[in-house]
Amino acid sequence: MIELNNITKYYGNFPAVTDISFKIDKGEIVGLLGPNGAGKSTTMKMITGYMPPTSGELSIDNYDIVQQSIEARKKIGYLPETVPLYTDMTVYSYIEFMGKLRGINSKTIKNKVNNVVEICKLGDYRNSLISKLSKGYRQRVGIAQAIIHEPEVLILDEPTIGIDPNQVVETRQLIKNLSGEHTLVLSSHILPEVSTICERVLIINEGEIAASDTIENLSSLVSGTSKIEIDIIGSPQSVQTEIEKIDGVKAIDLWVKKSTNEFTTFSIESDISKDIRSEISKTIINNGWELLRLEAMGMSLEDIFLKITTTE
Amino acid sequence: MKNIILITLKETKTYYLSPMAYIVGAMFLGLTWLFFNTSIVPGDINPITEANVRGYLDPTTLLFIIFSPLITMRLFSEEEKLGTLELLFTSPVKDIEIVIGKYLASAIILTSTLMCTFFYVLLIYLFSSPDLGPLLSAYLGIILYGIATLGVGLFASSLTGNQIVSAVVGTVLLLLLSFIDSLGAMLEGLPSTVFNEMALNYHFDDFTKGVIDVGNIIYYISIAILFLFFTTLNLQIRRWK
Repeated sequence: MIELNNITKYYGNFPAVTDISFKIDKGEIVGLLGPNGAGKSTTMKMITGYMPPTSGELSIDNYDIVQQSIEARKKIGYLPETVPLYTDMTVYSYIEFMGKLRGINSKTIKNKVNNVVEICKLGDYRNSLISKLSKGYRQRVGIAQAIIHEPEVLILDEPTIGIDPNQVVETRQLIKNLSGEHTLVLSSHILPEVSTICERVLIINEGEIAASDTIENLSSLVSGTSKIEIDIIGSPQSVQTEIEKIDGVKAIDLWVKKSTNEFTTFSIESDISKDIRSEISKTIINNGWELLRLEAMGMSLEDIFLKITTTE
Repeated sequence: MKNIILITLKETKTYYLSPMAYIVGAMFLGLTWLFFNTSIVPGDINPITEANVRGYLDPTTLLFIIFSPLITMRLFSEEEKLGTLELLFTSPVKDIEIVIGKYLASAIILTSTLMCTFFYVLLIYLFSSPDLGPLLSAYLGIILYGIATLGVGLFASSLTGNQIVSAVVGTVLLLLLSFIDSLGAMLEGLPSTVFNEMALNYHFDDFTKGVIDVGNIIYYISIAILFLFFTTLNLQIRRWK
């Protein structure tokens, strides 16, 4: 659906994006991650046809974004980072205008506007001036204009930035609900957001793709180990010695994370290729300890992100 | 075409919903009323010699130097400031359609403001019997003059995200274009002719005399088209930056 081949973008002499290539298939939900200034917004601006790349090829559903720009743009719904709105228009007339601009005819426009107003929960504010709305509601109006024409590709640049936590949760839910019908590209530097919404993550750092994979694969790729936590009632010393005997456990990675009067929490790291959970439970039962919790801990996106953007 | 109409309607509506429309309109009508009064009411200095509209339409052309940029200043500058230009640019609309749509809106606004001055014409008719010919040709001239200045104003608006700067740049450009014939007066031969022909004012006189010269019509329309072209070009250059 979206294809970038060797895309480079210079602002004057400054390379914002250098030689990136990736492909996003129909229906995929992809998170574009990266620190501020990494090139996320630039990449999105090129995908949406706002600015042409300095070199390389970019196509949306096989329409070249420069040569067949109008066709390509018809497929796209876009919410820029700044949430641009005509503040002197009402919510309804703004969405209607944007819908018509995207080619919706005047017969169906009314239904479609009502529909997105409902989806984005803007009903109470449909006749309010946009300048009177709070940031969170403006964000929803921004999303509404991006989906009014039911685009095949939905590009959201930092959709939850600058709104209060309650509205963040609602906005995320809204985006998640949308994801079924569209190919969705979302940029963010808020990691939990990406991990809750996206199937695949593209990490951009200093204008280059640093990694591209599912969150699960990325975590194993980065660490090479899997992490297990157990809460256990029993003598910490003997637990330590017994578990170290299990094949695949690296002694150095076995440590007491937390110790209370009732139980001790151990963190165990082992080789990714081996699942040692059954071995651990057997050892525990054989020694007569009491197991309160055994949990495989995936690496958090924060860990992955830091590892990729700082080591490379 | 559909996109052009859509943008034109939206811009016209937005303009008339803003207080700016009425401030600019009132100022324009106030000043033209003043011109009309001084031109038509006989006095020692200005004895009335004929019943026509030349006396107040001549200085009205000068008003356009200030008023046209005031009408056009928000058309692109505001989009730039709000960031909505990004939405227009990523919608399936050609740049030229955006430019023409906005331009037509400004033309509608200017023409409708000018329509209000028909009241003066009515007054002339009530108290005298002017020639219809020169009157119509003068109004044709003033509308053409107006739409040429709007093109320049729109171009100025596309240069900056600041409305004030846009209005000032527009006014400066229009001053240059209006009075470049005074440069022509100082020279001789071909350069003189070139500067004269370039000037907005130079082509207006004939209209007030009741002469409709196709060359003059083409001149004003060309100025408008030229600056619309510059505007489109400027927008495209900005995309590449």
